[in-house]
Amino acid sequence: MPEGLTAMDAMQGANSSTVTGNRGLVVEEPLIFEMDSPGKTAVDLPPAPNVDDRLGGLRRKAAVGLPGLSEPEVVRHYTRLSQKNYGIDTGFFPLGSCTMKHNPRLNEKLARLPGFADIHPFQPEQTVQGALELMHELARWLKAMTGMPAVALSPAAGAHGELCGMLAIRQAHEHKGDARKVVLVPESAHGTNPATAALVGYTVKSIPATDDGRVDLDALKAALGPDVAAFMVTNPNTCGLFERDIIAISQAVHDVGAYVYMDGANYNAIMGRVKIADLGVDAMHINLHKTFSTPHGGGGPGSGPTVLSDALAPFAPLPFVVEENGAFRLVEHVKDPACAAAGKHPFGRMKGYHGQFGVFVRALGYMMSMGRDGLKQASDDAVLNANYLYARLSDVLTPSFPAPVMHEALFDDRFLKDTGVSTLDFAKALIDEGFHPMTMYFPLVVHGALLMEPTETESRQTLDVFITAVRHLAEKAKSDADSFKQAPRLTPRRRLDETLAARKPVLRWSPQTEG
Amino acid sequence: MRYLPLTDADRQAMLQVIGAESVDALFKDVPEAARGAEIVGLPPHQSEMAVESTLGRLARKNMTQADGPSFLGCGAYRHHWPASLDYLIQRGEFLTAYTPYQPEIAQGTLQYLFEFQTQVALMTGMPVANASMYDGATACAEAAAMAVRVTRRKKVILSGGLHPQFASTTETFLKFTDAFCETLAPDPLCLEDLLGRIDTETACVVVQNPDFFGHLQDLSTLAYACHEHGALLVVAVAEPLSLGLVTPPGEMGADIVVTEGQSLATPTGFGGPGVGLFATRDKFVRQMPGRLCGETVDEDGRRGFVLTLSTREQHIRREKATSNICTNSGLIALAFTIHMTLLGEAGFTGLAELNHKTAVLLAEKMAQVKGVKVLPRAFFNEFAVRLPKPAAEVVDALAARGILAGVPASRFWPEYEELAEVMIVAATEMNSEADIDAYVAALAEVL
Repeated sequence: MPEGLTAMDAMQGANSSTVTGNRGLVVEEPLIFEMDSPGKTAVDLPPAPNVDDRLGGLRRKAAVGLPGLSEPEVVRHYTRLSQKNYGIDTGFFPLGSCTMKHNPRLNEKLARLPGFADIHPFQPEQTVQGALELMHELARWLKAMTGMPAVALSPAAGAHGELCGMLAIRQAHEHKGDARKVVLVPESAHGTNPATAALVGYTVKSIPATDDGRVDLDALKAALGPDVAAFMVTNPNTCGLFERDIIAISQAVHDVGAYVYMDGANYNAIMGRVKIADLGVDAMHINLHKTFSTPHGGGGPGSGPTVLSDALAPFAPLPFVVEENGAFRLVEHVKDPACAAAGKHPFGRMKGYHGQFGVFVRALGYMMSMGRDGLKQASDDAVLNANYLYARLSDVLTPSFPAPVMHEALFDDRFLKDTGVSTLDFAKALIDEGFHPMTMYFPLVVHGALLMEPTETESRQTLDVFITAVRHLAEKAKSDADSFKQAPRLTPRRRLDETLAARKPVLRWSPQTEG
Repeated sequence: MRYLPLTDADRQAMLQVIGAESVDALFKDVPEAARGAEIVGLPPHQSEMAVESTLGRLARKNMTQADGPSFLGCGAYRHHWPASLDYLIQRGEFLTAYTPYQPEIAQGTLQYLFEFQTQVALMTGMPVANASMYDGATACAEAAAMAVRVTRRKKVILSGGLHPQFASTTETFLKFTDAFCETLAPDPLCLEDLLGRIDTETACVVVQNPDFFGHLQDLSTLAYACHEHGALLVVAVAEPLSLGLVTPPGEMGADIVVTEGQSLATPTGFGGPGVGLFATRDKFVRQMPGRLCGETVDEDGRRGFVLTLSTREQHIRREKATSNICTNSGLIALAFTIHMTLLGEAGFTGLAELNHKTAVLLAEKMAQVKGVKVLPRAFFNEFAVRLPKPAAEVVDALAARGILAGVPASRFWPEYEELAEVMIVAATEMNSEADIDAYVAALAEVL
């Protein structure tokens, strides 16, 4: 906090119209460290057994410095914080590439069943047969939907799934004694793709897009050669378009002995429609926290199971579940006889324990609820909603590529030319209208991108209100740039000074910074 | 289909607006050969009742730790989970939010991340912490990779007291980079000589405290030796609750501290999702992996919070990023923060004391069973014992009697015969003296 500013000053701001800085239901809330009453606690504990300690002289000498609060104060504090957040429960959240769909509460209930929540990762396997069966069943669903022969369940999120796929690819090449150095990535790719390739020791080369927003097959072919280990491609891509040439792409990549990693961030568009195996790709991660409805929780936890082709399946990570003589078992070591028996050469372990089990329970609950028919309908409705937005906004915004689009619609900022309003301003104005903005400035292949992903759990009525608001703002941008610069005005905080945050990082509360 | 709001009438009307004949027409860019795939072998949609019934049956096939008593640890600990915590993390504004890309409508998430970073820094005795990693094992791997970046050296020494899954995750992470791991043999008696292995090639030494077999150690000498050679000391903490009672790694000279936060955030849940805690020194902030939340002001001069220093991250730096992590473990970080706030100084230190004393009681009673030897002299709430029989057999025999007795070391190191009789046992506030007596009596019977 800037010097000389008290917690109260910090909350009131310069233009507060109330003494407290509160505005009706929007109540200001200090940090817990500013609410400290030493000695207070919200937890009553039984007395400790009367024995001597065995800490070997390493008892902590200084206090930790944690604040003391009672339960009612804690509940109110976090309730008030929650009220400063926008979630999919709150309203429309067309954040492109993020698949913000409804999070069913059934799945929360299932994950909290004692038989799933109160089991330990290192219980004897005969006591957790239900949990192992659930993992086996989830794997069966993912394989049946994608048509791929194998799936690694343990990756913890999308980027971790990418890492899984790329490690399997590297391990497969090394197994053949083939030390390739280069991974090709389209320029429209998510930042995680090149970052992942670099983690696996590869040099990244970018492949340009064609005018219609897709991978330039000729440029790709020209870049392919014996040094290329893999091509990473998002499909549907980050422009919301299906890569029409995907089968030819896979063929060309395989022709030089390389593998295709397909980023599954946008799998929601095609989950009941397209068998991934038919596209000829070798690996794809599936974001259970997007496509299969498990909550994103303000930034995780995720889960990124990665389906693998026959060529990569032997290199899948540890652990995995096998069924032997009617019982389930975890294979946790390279030297486990099950590895040799199946010709497996796992590249290793990716995280602790056995994967994001609680997310598995939720995702399977969702898949079973939707069924094969519902999952296809979900893809259909997601694509229909995106095309509806595209159709009703194309005359006022500037679409980057021709329709049909898949699950998301990409616009650029040509419609704002000469208005003085930027994509950022436009997004902030949408916040005042009660919406979470679309993804801004991504993908990088168009100028001032606005990427809208409506998802299938939005009603036509919701889309219509959003469309009305966007159309109104597009018109208003022509005459009233200033109001956009002021937006958002109706939020718990207005635009925040990100430059200050980066130039003088304050990353924690400290007693000495209090004025 | 209860999650889909569009009616057939909506769909028809929308197709008309779009000018498409059918939804099939919208998929025209999908190659013919990949179109119209039928999903085979999976059932159609089901009611909430039906799904609950099927998955409820699977859940009941598992023995829960409440069916126990349970004395399992090895990085995942069963603590009491306050009711208000579970209520608060299920508030939709927290549960269903995305990563806080629009800070004006994500101050709730951002403020708790700032509180989380502060709590983690205070507990570990470090100046700065990030907004979470996937779990403890990946946080450990990221710490090793960061040490390699900071020192521009290649050798990572992994102690034999480090959680074996932290070690193998780190090995995987560095497998195809220029760096390499020197992983020491499992060290149940805490005898290994790390000091003699540190040289000018060493990027870092990774140790755990308390270690995997429960030993508590003063790491100051090791930290000194690391720094003498220009290497970093990375300390993994097995059980974050121990930081309420034990001298924190920051005070012992650690450069990076990593922990699995599950113990204070969620039920053990078969091991996931957890939350990786990651703390370091100020001078390394720009080499840190993951998201960071920072304080700033808004246009009206009011305090607010934003994600910051993102030029380290993949969405800006792409192949030059410090990590590829994007989604982390926000909601579990929230659970951790709420629990820490509920506990406060008095509750956190009190709960730590209760855990330690319960474990001491267990150790004293187990040591009286013929043939059982408690290995660590100093420990927190977990310790290894040597049994007169293979531990896996003892664990199975006690599981059959409804007691989750411990984790056999052979589960992690099947190839080390000398570990066959070692079992790792933990006690928490969830274990009553009656549980302990029942366990010790049953143990004496099966040995």
